[in-house]
Amino acid sequence: MAVQEAVVTTPLTVTVNGQERAEEVETRLLLVHFLRETLGLTGTHVGCDTTSCGACTVLVDGTPMKSCTMFAVQAEGRELTTVEGLEGAGGPPPIQEAFSAEHGLQCGFCTPGMMLTSIALLEQSPSPTDEEIRWAISGNVCRCTGYQNIVKAVHHAAAAMKEGS
Amino acid sequence: MVTNDTIGPRGRRSNRRFRERGGVSVYPATFEYFAPTSVDEALDTLERFGDEAKVLAGGQSLIPLMKLRIAAPSALVDIGRIDGLDALEERDGRLEIGALVTHADCEKSDLLRGRYGVLGATAPLVSDPIVRNRGTVCGSVAHADPQGDWGSALLALGAEVVAQGPDGERAIPLEDFCSGPFMTALEPAEIVTSIRTADPGPRAGGTYLKLERKVGDFATVGVAVHVSLDNGTIGRAGIALTGVGPTNVKATAAEDALAGAAPDDDAIAEAARLAAEAAQPLDDVRGSAEYKRNVVRVYTERGLRTAIAAAQS
Amino acid sequence: MAVAHEIRGLGHSVRRKEDARFIRGKGNYVEDISLPGMLHLELLRSPVAHARIVSIDTSRAEALPGVVAVVTGELMAQHSLAWMPTLSGDTQAVLATDKVRFQGQEIAAVVAESAYIAKDALELIDVEYDLLPAVTSPQQALEPAAPLIRDDKEGQESNHIYDWEAGDKEATEKALAEADKIVELETFYPRCHPAPLECCGCVADVNPATGKATIYMTSQAPHAHRTLFALVAGLPEHQIRIVSPDIGGGFGNKVPIYPGYVVATAASLLIGRPVKWIEDRTGNLISTGFARDYHMKGELALKDGKMTGLRVNLLSDNGAFFADAQPTKFKAGLFHIVTGSYDIPAAHVVTKGAYTNKAPGGVAYRCSFRVTEASYLIERLVQTAAYELGVDPVELRMKNFVQPEQMPYESATGFLYDSGDYPAAMNLALEKLGYDELRSEQAAAREEGRLLGIGVAFFTEVVGAGHGKEYDIAGLRMFDSAELRVHPTGKAILKLGVRSQGQGHETTFGQIIAHELGIPYEDVEVQEGDTDNTPYGLGTYASRSTPVAGAAASMISRELREKARKIAGHLLEVSEDDLEWETGRFFVKGSPDRAVTIQDIAFAAYTNLPDGLQAGLEGVHYYDPPNMTFPYGAYAVVVEIDRGTGEWRVQRMVAVDDCGVRINPMIVEGQIMGGLTEGYGIAAMELITFDDDGNCIGSTFMDYLLPTAWETPVFELGETSVPSPHHPLGAKGVGESATVGSPAAYVNAVIDALAHAGVRNIDMPVTSDKVWHALAEVGLAE
Repeated sequence: MAVQEAVVTTPLTVTVNGQERAEEVETRLLLVHFLRETLGLTGTHVGCDTTSCGACTVLVDGTPMKSCTMFAVQAEGRELTTVEGLEGAGGPPPIQEAFSAEHGLQCGFCTPGMMLTSIALLEQSPSPTDEEIRWAISGNVCRCTGYQNIVKAVHHAAAAMKEGS
Repeated sequence: MVTNDTIGPRGRRSNRRFRERGGVSVYPATFEYFAPTSVDEALDTLERFGDEAKVLAGGQSLIPLMKLRIAAPSALVDIGRIDGLDALEERDGRLEIGALVTHADCEKSDLLRGRYGVLGATAPLVSDPIVRNRGTVCGSVAHADPQGDWGSALLALGAEVVAQGPDGERAIPLEDFCSGPFMTALEPAEIVTSIRTADPGPRAGGTYLKLERKVGDFATVGVAVHVSLDNGTIGRAGIALTGVGPTNVKATAAEDALAGAAPDDDAIAEAARLAAEAAQPLDDVRGSAEYKRNVVRVYTERGLRTAIAAAQS
Repeated sequence: MAVAHEIRGLGHSVRRKEDARFIRGKGNYVEDISLPGMLHLELLRSPVAHARIVSIDTSRAEALPGVVAVVTGELMAQHSLAWMPTLSGDTQAVLATDKVRFQGQEIAAVVAESAYIAKDALELIDVEYDLLPAVTSPQQALEPAAPLIRDDKEGQESNHIYDWEAGDKEATEKALAEADKIVELETFYPRCHPAPLECCGCVADVNPATGKATIYMTSQAPHAHRTLFALVAGLPEHQIRIVSPDIGGGFGNKVPIYPGYVVATAASLLIGRPVKWIEDRTGNLISTGFARDYHMKGELALKDGKMTGLRVNLLSDNGAFFADAQPTKFKAGLFHIVTGSYDIPAAHVVTKGAYTNKAPGGVAYRCSFRVTEASYLIERLVQTAAYELGVDPVELRMKNFVQPEQMPYESATGFLYDSGDYPAAMNLALEKLGYDELRSEQAAAREEGRLLGIGVAFFTEVVGAGHGKEYDIAGLRMFDSAELRVHPTGKAILKLGVRSQGQGHETTFGQIIAHELGIPYEDVEVQEGDTDNTPYGLGTYASRSTPVAGAAASMISRELREKARKIAGHLLEVSEDDLEWETGRFFVKGSPDRAVTIQDIAFAAYTNLPDGLQAGLEGVHYYDPPNMTFPYGAYAVVVEIDRGTGEWRVQRMVAVDDCGVRINPMIVEGQIMGGLTEGYGIAAMELITFDDDGNCIGSTFMDYLLPTAWETPVFELGETSVPSPHHPLGAKGVGESATVGSPAAYVNAVIDALAHAGVRNIDMPVTSDKVWHALAEVGLAE
């Protein structure tokens, strides 16, 4: 197989966690590497390479997507949210607080993706059932918790968001 | 004597690349990237590169293959910025699914219940929820994976693929679209712009049953069932199978046996038997051929019951 | 200074201190480390299972812009690093020089300016192979005509590795001869993989000016790894610093040393720049520490419903390099625990090990050296015996349990079980489940043609190695350590020789100090993983952190408390014998108001000392446990089987665990639920298998299946607590319990649904295909 030696780049402008970023990137650069390597946002993780685990999940215009299965160039003009963008001035938002309170994480590797997926779920369904939660997070693999406390954390966050709103 | 280049692909996809080269890449090879804003512009680029170019929509099938370097196109034509390809609607007595409609769009669509129930039932069983947010129905069909779910659902419904090329637009019935595993009737310079299907009538229903080992898995067996009732008897039945042949398999004999029949237990059992006969399963890590054939029979029975009940309601 | 009102020591489900960074994406995993001038290393792996390497041509790869070096086995051999020792005294190729012996074996490495370029360059290395027939099972390996895999080893004339036995052969044969019933079970515990979500990797940084090698690596045992690096690479040990930063799950996968670490370190040494190697998922699944792969046959002798003898025959598939725990040393786990929770007077175990053309390993996956296989075998065997005898599986267990009054109990193979009340744990599980009602439900369902199964499994684990006289790793005694430094203002730093991979050490160990010294757990910072900065320890695996390092933390606290007593006497101007301790303070006997807090004492330790006492409130303790600990539990599962597809769904899962005293119950329950999920994965879907050519099936997460939230059962947990008599806190360790105990419960449930029709065994993973074939065979399939 021929390997192309020429480096092909293209300009890219995206909004990441509310901040506009303009970079010249290789066309083949995966979005996850753009976030991790180019921008230094290492909270987004790579767990599998085959679109199977969801550790790389970020929000693209509010929708969870696997950043290992997207080229950075496909994010042109989009608004991205990573785990680093969750926290505002007022301390951790309900989802982060809930994951900690319910022991919804252990090694922490799946946690950013898991939280981002949960946030998108709660946007659409503010009072999800256990079944809805398990269905919604079934594209995100956790190897440590057995999921039960993650389900509790999503309920916890749902309740806190209702109280806060 | 064997070299890294002569150890050829044998079987399972995920390991195939490994056997070819010794170690999979997880990064794609270099390519030129184009993001046209019109179909015509996209077609121009495709013509320029011939079969060296690939169309990119959601990328949930193509990018994994590029990461493994099973696919290494020298140009990608990203159709994600073309307006007007995201329609999911009924128009002129037909249902149209535009090239940029995602699995998740279908999962949420009220339109794809009832008469189009086979589509509505398929959407949530495609891959996993995150992939569904990005992957497209048309992209999945154009990828022509024999384990793809949409192929069966659309075969059962009698849909057609609308492709646009340098010579204009043409409609390709789904049964003529896939010519083999990962092979389609598309020309290199053609783009799938939509999939459409005729209105199945007011008394219609359908479903999709998928046996998978876990969420996100390809189908061990999938059975898509669609039924249109005509004065209480079955007018048209569509049955198609996933994972049990080199392409999605249309169970024609089972469909023919149902057409004009009363929707009773005998007809259902006979159709299920014929559908199982139409399957061409292989033994693999997911199960034996015998097992898969039985699941086809069981799912066809269960699917027909659900579809008929939906059509009657 | 006032004592904080909430100390939160033992028994408090306090939130984890480590969460603050993880929920913000501020964890610091190896892949997050980036050093100036850092290069990237990628490995070329063998596409075939067994072949002679005819030639390796790296010239095209070297010519690619951005490639700095291509490392081959030949280059490693020039530095005597082409081979390295395994944990069990065997050798393993770092980069292949003569042959490749399993698919995925490391052949060459590219070092480049970016990982993308390094991967590009792998495509340009041309290797010519002379294919050899692959050996894919231990049975095949031991046939006389089998191809010799380890022709590199002098005197190795077959693929046979070891024969090993335990127990009393004669007594066991006698028991079998006198039995009124002998129940047999042959079963295969398939190869599976710990597959933590983070793969392995390292950043090796050898400073060309000072020679100091700093290696950031995914290591569950950084101190042991430093010593091994020193011994293997001949580097002076004080010039090696291993830093194990946050680890994204381990489960045993990060105990061994892998070629990637060695090659990256060598490359950094040769090039003079930091070199990063991050394994991809296929590399992880295809080449690193697998688990199990044990062919087992058990024969259980019974007389009047009492178990009188157990004979076990084992065949182990060790892969191409023997990297299991050394069986002649490791009574731990292995099959000395084979009699499980039952009072069986005679037992005899024979194990045979063989080389095959598969990846090496065998120690991994949340298992103390084969205790998982042993537990599975006895629980499946006991279940089989119940069906054969026509008695309820619970009743048979109850009748044969080691009884609480027999504790401490010496098993037929020589372990001294420290404590336990097995009937109590079993009864609690049955009560939570509603066992009797479920049995009626099962019978009623069967009348309607529905297949319900109720599976029970009871396990006894053996964890917390050493003591050091009996247990070692590569000669290093299995003690562990804790160093506590209490600062003048009463805040403390605790340094440990173990390394958390998600278990929450920063919290649990803080709570141990809080319990022992009354310093609030928030005021204790726990440090681990940096060998320059922590006392020597053997690491975190085999559920040993709490039993061993936890005990060390307790002991050093108690030592410092004794010093604190002297200072308190000085401050209160009384004899130290007149002082009484309560959490966080000393007071004068009879005058509780005359008191000093631990914070007061800490300040005085640096400012106002009695004559003759050394300054400071610091110390280190190396704890060598007097015995292992023996956590146990009762698990019960209810399933329903789809007769058309063979799918089985878990309806209920009850888990009662006894791990002695629980330091942080929330964390303990988290460990249990994680283990129950991995146990479910192993029972239902996780599998590394091979075709006849030795091609690995299970080399990505598309084939190596991990349960998602959707498949994972809902767990109902219960607890009993019989403290360990010899652990300072009474704790026993829990990390592995659920992975060890639960697979048999799930499988027993499926078998229970079919047992009335005569089905006795389905090997894991219990796929719907296998269940359907079993149904079809006994006429129960739809």
